[in-house]
Amino acid sequence: MSLFFIVALPFFGALLPGLMNAAGRAACAGVTFIVSLSAFLGLLTNLPAVLAGEVVLARVDWMPTLGLNFTLMLDGLGFFFALLILGIGLLIIAYARHYLSRDDNMGEFFTYLLLFQGAMVGIVLSDNILLLLIFWELTSLSSFLLIGYWKHLPAGRQGARMALAVTGMGGLAMIGGMLILGQIVGSYDLSVILQNRELIQADPLYLPALLLILLGCFTKSAQFPFHFWLPHAMAAPTPVSAYLHSATMVKAGIFLMARLWPILSGTPEWFAIVTTAGLVTMVLGAVIALFKHDLKALLAFSTVSHLGLITMLLGTGTAFGAMAAVFHILNHATFKAALFMSAGIIDHEAHTRDIRRLGGLRKLMPVTFVIATLAALSMAGIPLLNGFLSKEMMLEEATHTALFGVNWLLPVMATLGSLFSAAYCFRLIGHVFLGPVRDDYPAKPHDPGAGMWLPPGLLIVPVIVIGIAPFVAEPFVKMVTASLLGDAAEVPKAHFKIWHGFVPPLYMSMIATAGGLILLAVFTPMLRFWENTPRPEAKVIFEAIVEAAASLAQKIVLTLHNGAFTRYVAIASVAMIAAGFHAWSTGTSSLPTRSVQAASPVLIAGWAMLVAATCGLVLMHRNRFLSLILIGIVGLMVSIGFVFFSAPDLAMTQFTVEVVTIILLLLALNFLPNHTPVESTVLRRVRDTGVAIAGGLATFALAYHYLLRDAVSTPISEFHLANSYKGGGGTNVVNVILVDFRGFDTYGEIIVLGIAALLIYALTETLLDGPVRARLLNRKPDQPRAGDMHPMMMVVLTRVIMPVVLMVGFYIFLRGHNDPGGGFIAGLVVSIAVVMQYMASGFAWTSARLKYPYHGVIGAGVLIAGLTGIGSWFVGKPFLTSDFTYVRIPPFEKFELATAALFDLGVFLAVVGAVMLSLESFSRLARRAHVVDSEHPMDIDPSRDDLAPEGPDTAKGDV
Amino acid sequence: MELLVASAIGIMTAAGLYLVLRLRTFPVILGMSLLTYAVNVFLFASGRLTIGAPPILRDDVTAYTDPLPQALVLTAIVISFGMTAVVVMIGLGAFLGSNDDHVDDQPDTSTPKSEGQT
Repeated sequence: MSLFFIVALPFFGALLPGLMNAAGRAACAGVTFIVSLSAFLGLLTNLPAVLAGEVVLARVDWMPTLGLNFTLMLDGLGFFFALLILGIGLLIIAYARHYLSRDDNMGEFFTYLLLFQGAMVGIVLSDNILLLLIFWELTSLSSFLLIGYWKHLPAGRQGARMALAVTGMGGLAMIGGMLILGQIVGSYDLSVILQNRELIQADPLYLPALLLILLGCFTKSAQFPFHFWLPHAMAAPTPVSAYLHSATMVKAGIFLMARLWPILSGTPEWFAIVTTAGLVTMVLGAVIALFKHDLKALLAFSTVSHLGLITMLLGTGTAFGAMAAVFHILNHATFKAALFMSAGIIDHEAHTRDIRRLGGLRKLMPVTFVIATLAALSMAGIPLLNGFLSKEMMLEEATHTALFGVNWLLPVMATLGSLFSAAYCFRLIGHVFLGPVRDDYPAKPHDPGAGMWLPPGLLIVPVIVIGIAPFVAEPFVKMVTASLLGDAAEVPKAHFKIWHGFVPPLYMSMIATAGGLILLAVFTPMLRFWENTPRPEAKVIFEAIVEAAASLAQKIVLTLHNGAFTRYVAIASVAMIAAGFHAWSTGTSSLPTRSVQAASPVLIAGWAMLVAATCGLVLMHRNRFLSLILIGIVGLMVSIGFVFFSAPDLAMTQFTVEVVTIILLLLALNFLPNHTPVESTVLRRVRDTGVAIAGGLATFALAYHYLLRDAVSTPISEFHLANSYKGGGGTNVVNVILVDFRGFDTYGEIIVLGIAALLIYALTETLLDGPVRARLLNRKPDQPRAGDMHPMMMVVLTRVIMPVVLMVGFYIFLRGHNDPGGGFIAGLVVSIAVVMQYMASGFAWTSARLKYPYHGVIGAGVLIAGLTGIGSWFVGKPFLTSDFTYVRIPPFEKFELATAALFDLGVFLAVVGAVMLSLESFSRLARRAHVVDSEHPMDIDPSRDDLAPEGPDTAKGDV
Repeated sequence: MELLVASAIGIMTAAGLYLVLRLRTFPVILGMSLLTYAVNVFLFASGRLTIGAPPILRDDVTAYTDPLPQALVLTAIVISFGMTAVVVMIGLGAFLGSNDDHVDDQPDTSTPKSEGQT
């Protein structure tokens, strides 16, 4: 199966559990299992190639310019991890089906689980380090969802947040490291990077890259000093702990260290950092684990300890160490997942995980006892179980490694770690299963159904088989080791054996086992000593750091962003002016190349009106109706300016937009107070004036500067002018640019316009649904209402003018391609025609005669424009390629047919719909309870027999 | 001529900035409209000022004004109407909900926690 499918299956499969939720728990788990199984089998189909030493590749260039390619690679190492992820995943899914209670949303759980699985498989199969980073972050996110799955538990939420903060932070650091790595090599493909060991290690940026990448690995794999998040993540449901926190996610950091081992290892820096961190983690984790009473916490710290062990082995930088690491990853995944599942069974049956409340379960849960004991003994390193073999190899490696130039340091510490490790394993067996049967369990424990004990039971099979016959695993482990080492080192010749003779590791093992038994014997006094020793509490420290960081950020951000809009505007304006001034004063400026054109008296008069209206607006802005008139003048003068400076299309657009904007603001003013009170202090007004004048001077200077200079390079509009008729079939270049050259832009813009209108509609609906509704309905207008709300003169006039305006709109639309006009302007003109009907005859009368809802009009417009664009696909052209032809139907003259006209029709409809939906929404707010909707077009109708409605009289009562 | 257009842009910008810095929604909206005019004219003028040469292709004409800024500004005008309408609606909704048309939270009516959320 293609590697793409193996990665994609869990992601697409993640959609299914949610859909199957209603079909029952068995169906939900079943479909998840099938998805996982398909990916698993797909992986196995690649086994022959991997065994033959080939590297299976699958490649799609995604963003080649960024070096980001969707490249997947499957070699021995990737296969090994993928096998663990998918294989243990299958067992976990089966186990979770029985573990989750009926109150848990199973679909949600399995969706998260599959997302996580896909992300994990993605990490181990990525050939591109940028792609790997994406999957890496996805595991952080999906594990956040899984840890916090029990949303009602505060511990779950806090644990999830802590895990996300720590691993997410590490992930960010790793992005930096990976980018440096890619810069050094010049490629982001792992297969290329792995070939450049010397180049990378000789680079001065090697150390920063190493530190950043290790930060990512250490946080993910819970290495000291970032180990603290893992125990808190144990608030997750046990299947999650077994899957993420023993077999897969915490191994991601290990995987990456193994993956990059050929290029990063072997340097003194690598050895010192990785080995030390691993060693400290191993010993510290083992010591803490011994004194934990929560079964899962004990297992969590033991995981921390074992991850430390693997890290230390990778840190030694020798081929033997790498082989031991691979072997231990395999062994640890089997016995630790089995142990977690056993802990889950005990929790499930006895309703407690507190070791102090357990004991004597041997007789009550014999099956669980056998499974958990075998797994724990393997973890303790007892012969004939797989844990023994890799632990021996670790001790063997330790005896040959001198840390900080001290020969005995590493062996002693490794033995100490093994000793505590043996002790907590013995404690787990002794305090949970052995001893007398108690009668005060929270629930009567008994063995669960086969569905729950079979998954851990299956994991015990390799524990025993490899333990008794290590040669079974040897070829596989050596194959994985070979792909880990790459060209950097040879696979060691040493064979896996139970009996090596009387060698130092055996003595160290014996010391560890004996010491573990002694520690268990003196556990009670040890525990008392431990509990009386003051220790730093990681969670408290973490929360203090988070708190400090948050308050620091708040101090900085809240000074700038205190929620006051005026402050934002002031800061933004001043910053922009300052940046512009800086650029102005430090940049170079050429001499004017254009001569100043003489100003005609007409222009001066227009300018004077514009300036007068603008200044008047500022001075009289407190009178809101007056300011509306003044801003209308400004808009008009701008439109006339457009006409004057050869932009007829713009002038028409500006003019029509002006009309609808003023109507809109009038509708709004209907509700708002019509006077702005004096509130700001004189000082503040002086300050604002200063900012305003500075901004005005800046834009003036900039505009004046470039108006006197030609463009530094030929404008691309030369192309538009030259090709407008030849390529676009239109002589109005502006319109051809809109519907043809930059049609995709326009398409986006009509969508934005439609969204804006829908947003207004949605806001209106929200207002009318909420408490505002009652206030609106019982509102007393603050202005006198017109006595004649729907005057006959206006009704007649708008009715008569309607077809004329529609005809004008139609004409403007049609001629748009060759003369000023087009969809935008025609849309605005037609909107005005319709708005006039609303104004004349009222909301109820008009909307009752409305055939199509405005949402539909917007949708139709966007759809027509989009379909026109898609149409060009059918003739093998890119989206929105236009075509035109000339036809002649007698008796008409020859005329042009262009696909661009169809696109323009879409623009037209979208504009009409958007403008009308906005205005209609506003006017819906204005309806009041005590004003009866008139079904007549006008209040006084000479031809009508019945009396005029109550409307006007009631309205008069408001005055 | 250039001086007149540039100064018009400057004056509209200054007036717009001053109004945007006011404390009530309505003048702020007017200020934004003025800024829109200023920006549109500014962008339009980046095609330089030409009189009597609209970008409508004719057989006997060779010189045209730059059509590209016109096309960009045309859509900008329409979009700015949509955006103005949205802002007006938001301002109106806030006023109808709280009977207060200040753009900023008023210290006496808000607790420190709700700062920046309204």
